[in-house]
Amino acid sequence: MTPHPPVTFTREGFTRGLRASPALVLGGVPFGIVTGLTAQAHGLSLAEATLMSFFAFAGSAQLLALGAWTTPVHFLPVNLTALTVNLRFLLMGPLLAPWLDRLHGWRRWLSLFFMIDHNWALSLKEMQAGRNDAAYLIGSGIPIWIAWVLLTMAGHVLGSVVAAPPGHPVFFAALSVFIALLVPMWRGRIDLVPWLAAAAVAFGVSRLLPGTTWHIVAGAVGGGLCGALRDRLNRSA
Amino acid sequence: MDPAWYHVGGLNLITTFAMGVGTFACRAGGYWLFARFKPSPGLQAMLSYIPGCLFVSYVAPAVWDGGPKAWIGAAVAIATMKLTGSMIWPIFTGTAAAWAVWALT
Repeated sequence: MTPHPPVTFTREGFTRGLRASPALVLGGVPFGIVTGLTAQAHGLSLAEATLMSFFAFAGSAQLLALGAWTTPVHFLPVNLTALTVNLRFLLMGPLLAPWLDRLHGWRRWLSLFFMIDHNWALSLKEMQAGRNDAAYLIGSGIPIWIAWVLLTMAGHVLGSVVAAPPGHPVFFAALSVFIALLVPMWRGRIDLVPWLAAAAVAFGVSRLLPGTTWHIVAGAVGGGLCGALRDRLNRSA
Repeated sequence: MDPAWYHVGGLNLITTFAMGVGTFACRAGGYWLFARFKPSPGLQAMLSYIPGCLFVSYVAPAVWDGGPKAWIGAAVAIATMKLTGSMIWPIFTGTAAAWAVWALT
């Protein structure tokens, strides 16, 4: 184990984070709009959509859960879907331990609230560069959070103005986000069999339980199990 | 019929709040848990496969069921992502392609 460098939490670190955020905010504009649009299309009021972005602050989890939102909402599958999308945070948090271990009380937990994919990656870069002001994470997270809430509202308002009927191709925007995400997620041939398994399980469950998001949870778990089992078989072979 | 902008339904509020709690539990829980336990290699492997498999599980049935507009939209979104490497452009090109096919058929 390498010794921890001294970690600080200062206004300078916070400002450094703030300065890094505009590019991330700009990149998030279409996502926020599409999320608000999807919330509106699935019957959430402006207040409900705003509260969701305020509390959860989880772009892809919200977008996926909203795509499956019905009136009345299916509490369990929708929450499990969001939770499964967020499972990656379980693996991200520990990598920030050199900073978080040195923070106390609200600083540590508030830092974790503002941890999203982008500022997490930037914080790791900061660490690697030997800069250890942990306020960077909150500084880069807060503007993105504020923008996320405002953009969700803007998307919702836009949705009520446009008032596209269900099935209109404008809602393909949400699906486009996830299709595009598959490209950087593809790690090569190692993913082929788990992905096929996930698709097969998801397809089967979507036919058995239509109108819910159980197929997403089932496919993710099925594909994950398939990959882990295959790796184990390969190791013992 | 749209609900009034200020309307907050009980079940929607509970679900939204639970989503917030669940998301924070993931953000904070991994750090908290893995500071205490080391995950087994099997669990680590499974967790590493889950993100990709999750998005496949969402995309595959939706694209299949969406018909030609979704098939062409998906192909255009993937091609755009590969060309630009940016998450922003596929939203526009994929939707535009799906829209064009929808308008033409």
